[in-house]
Amino acid sequence: MMHGTEIQNEQGDRSLHTPMAAGQRMAGRKADAPLLRLVGIDKSFPGVHALKNVSLDVYAGEVHVILGQNGAGKSTLIKTLYGAYAADRGHIEIEGRRVAVAGPADASALGIAVIFQEFSLVPYLDIAQNIFLGREAAFSRFGLVDFAAMHAAARIILDDLGLDYDTHAYAANLGVAQQQMVEIAKALSQNARVLVMDEPTAAISERESDRLFQTITRLTERRVAIVYISHRMKEVQMLGDRITILRDGAVVTSVLRDQKSQAEMVGAMIGRASGSQLVRTPRTPGEPVLSARDVSTAKLSDISIEILAGEVVGLAGLVGSGRTEVVRALFGADPIAIGEISLLGSRAPTTLDGRVRAGMALLPEDRKQEGLALPLDVRDNATVASLWRSFASGWFSPAKAERDTHGLIAQLGIAAHSTRQSVHTLSGGNQQKVVLAKWLAAGAKLFLLDEPTRGVDVGAKAEIYRLIDQLVDGGAGVVVISSELPELVQLCDRAYVMRDHRIVGHLAGDALTERAILELAVHQ
Amino acid sequence: MTVPATLDIRPSSLSPDAAALLGRVVLIVLIAGALTAVDPGFASVSNLLNMLRQASLLFLVASGLTLVIIGGGLDLSVGANLTLSACLAAAAIKTTGNPWYGVAVAIGAGTLIGFANGLMINRLRLPPFLATFGMLWVAQGIAYWFMAGQTIYGMPMSFRYFGTGFFLGVPLPIWITLMVCLACSILLHRTTFGRETYFMGANQTTALLSGVPVERRRLLLYVLSGLTAGIASLVYLARLNAAEPGIGEPLLLPAIAAVLVGGTSLFGGNGNIVGTVLGAILLTIIVNGLNLLNVAATWHPFVNGAVVLVAIIADLVISRRRSGSR
Repeated sequence: MMHGTEIQNEQGDRSLHTPMAAGQRMAGRKADAPLLRLVGIDKSFPGVHALKNVSLDVYAGEVHVILGQNGAGKSTLIKTLYGAYAADRGHIEIEGRRVAVAGPADASALGIAVIFQEFSLVPYLDIAQNIFLGREAAFSRFGLVDFAAMHAAARIILDDLGLDYDTHAYAANLGVAQQQMVEIAKALSQNARVLVMDEPTAAISERESDRLFQTITRLTERRVAIVYISHRMKEVQMLGDRITILRDGAVVTSVLRDQKSQAEMVGAMIGRASGSQLVRTPRTPGEPVLSARDVSTAKLSDISIEILAGEVVGLAGLVGSGRTEVVRALFGADPIAIGEISLLGSRAPTTLDGRVRAGMALLPEDRKQEGLALPLDVRDNATVASLWRSFASGWFSPAKAERDTHGLIAQLGIAAHSTRQSVHTLSGGNQQKVVLAKWLAAGAKLFLLDEPTRGVDVGAKAEIYRLIDQLVDGGAGVVVISSELPELVQLCDRAYVMRDHRIVGHLAGDALTERAILELAVHQ
Repeated sequence: MTVPATLDIRPSSLSPDAAALLGRVVLIVLIAGALTAVDPGFASVSNLLNMLRQASLLFLVASGLTLVIIGGGLDLSVGANLTLSACLAAAAIKTTGNPWYGVAVAIGAGTLIGFANGLMINRLRLPPFLATFGMLWVAQGIAYWFMAGQTIYGMPMSFRYFGTGFFLGVPLPIWITLMVCLACSILLHRTTFGRETYFMGANQTTALLSGVPVERRRLLLYVLSGLTAGIASLVYLARLNAAEPGIGEPLLLPAIAAVLVGGTSLFGGNGNIVGTVLGAILLTIIVNGLNLLNVAATWHPFVNGAVVLVAIIADLVISRRRSGSR
């Protein structure tokens, strides 16, 4: 903290003594000069040139969208801006003044705040304590923390954002979208002028996203600059005043809104003309793979679902409507209070391992915590669900596991340099493919895919769509949960729509549209 | 100046596990070399065999524990398990005069304690630390009650052979160690159970959601830990020729130390059994060396602690460097 302030002062003094820097500072007062400038930022890691001479201007009161596939350099850029990485070359300017950002404390002192995808709230502290975490000294009275004053201060910040949350609520009891809002409140309480948001809508529903967009508008009206990182073309076009596209660590183009079409932007991201969009072709489903009748659990009521071989069935609904709970109950991960599940014509085994052996597969939403063992290698992860099948005697053969894994790597196009590479070093898309590989090896007949394309880049998304097609062509039944409605509509033959832990509708064929899903999913 | 051949292997041509094991072998050789230089008596066959015999007892207690720890668990009851199994076995041998009854009783009691541990952790969802910590006191308490202040001593020669006998010039405990080590190694690397053990240790939730029958596997791990404690109790009883309460508990922390010095992470998901053998040898050789150098026994715990810390820190530094400093 101390160290950072010193650097900042030193820089400030220097700028006072240099006529040119002083001139820039003057210019900074004008509305048309950027609030934040990144100038020629270059950053390399061993073997990777992550950022190549990246320059970026961010103006007060605008939303500056940064678009790019995974691996394009977006996260490195954020981390450089936030002081987590030191750039090899280039510098950062705030209001025309060159600043040193040697760490998050410096960034925060300069008014730069980042809302990461993984939130950092402490579950067992309340909202007020979370907002002022580490700054309790400001409310110190006789050496004790004056909590009443802290809550009052938190109240003002929340009101400012139009949030009616109780400042005494524990973070553990907040939903994802609410936690995000508290993170924003926390950033504002530190007088953030530049707010960086890393895929803020990835984990929240459409309705909650609308709320977020309102908040963003509110912030821009107050001259806060938003650096917005997203994959979603719709919101990019809706929100972005300026759009910068990164590819392979370099800026491809930086345009104002409406200067480029969606297809042009996608093309710039992937470096070739945008491929044809997936078109839904009618499939001819076969026998039922799974049917659930009147299933209720602690979190679900009366779920009845039927999945046929050779079809993709969507589970739509807002986040928190019970979609994940349905696939968990079907998979045997959560106990069922009443109801019946049958798999391939016979009663489903009661245990989870029994269901896996009977042909069920779950691709969990949280692939890092539930889909993979990150410290282990590709081979361990790709073979874990099929050990019972590939090595039925119980004797394990490393050579056979190696062969099987090579086969899976080739079949799914996993970009790994070896079967012994730790999966934590793979990109999101390749990690997801390892999870799919695990279930292909297990010979699954029913795939429950919970947000299969979340956090993967455009290229990997297309490949995952292709793999889903292959699964279905091979006679498997596939259930897909997705918060991205266009994806759901394109991918699925039909969909169940959920609201408040129940199935409230079923849409098939031409009736399956984004609008129809939303009308069912949202409270009337 | 010639460099020893063992150091001439490029790190890149070795798997990280093999490199870690090799590092420990080199360390043992260096320490042994230094001690021989100080006192040539160190390298005598009788001293070396004696040391290995001591190390083998430590290893036997630590072997099942290694499996449990790799699987993401912990067994604090191994020492008390050894005590109780040894006491019961001693009583069985004394009353029947047949050593094989003792073998059956020790292995049965050890396994049963492990089974109880596994059951508590599975059914009551107790954290392994708590379940086995409780079991430590329960087993110890039963041993005190059962022995009622007595010491049972004077085992028949046919039984003492387990601890003091030689086969092909090598003490029997070392043969037992080799067999247990081989069995554990096969279990870990050549059975699906072993692969599932690593996976459970690395991420239990993912293991469960991948169809690994986690509870059954876990139960087996604790049973195996109990079994090796039972085997260790026989070797101990045969060597000491006596059983009384409190004999096994002091072995718990050295056993955990042997696992950690052997490169197995207390967080589970990595490590191997050969490392534990080397860890047990390393800890034993150091105590032997301290005695040789006439270092007061009061300093032994300090030195052992330092060795454990250095081993853990060295592994951490190496693995962090390997995974990159990003």
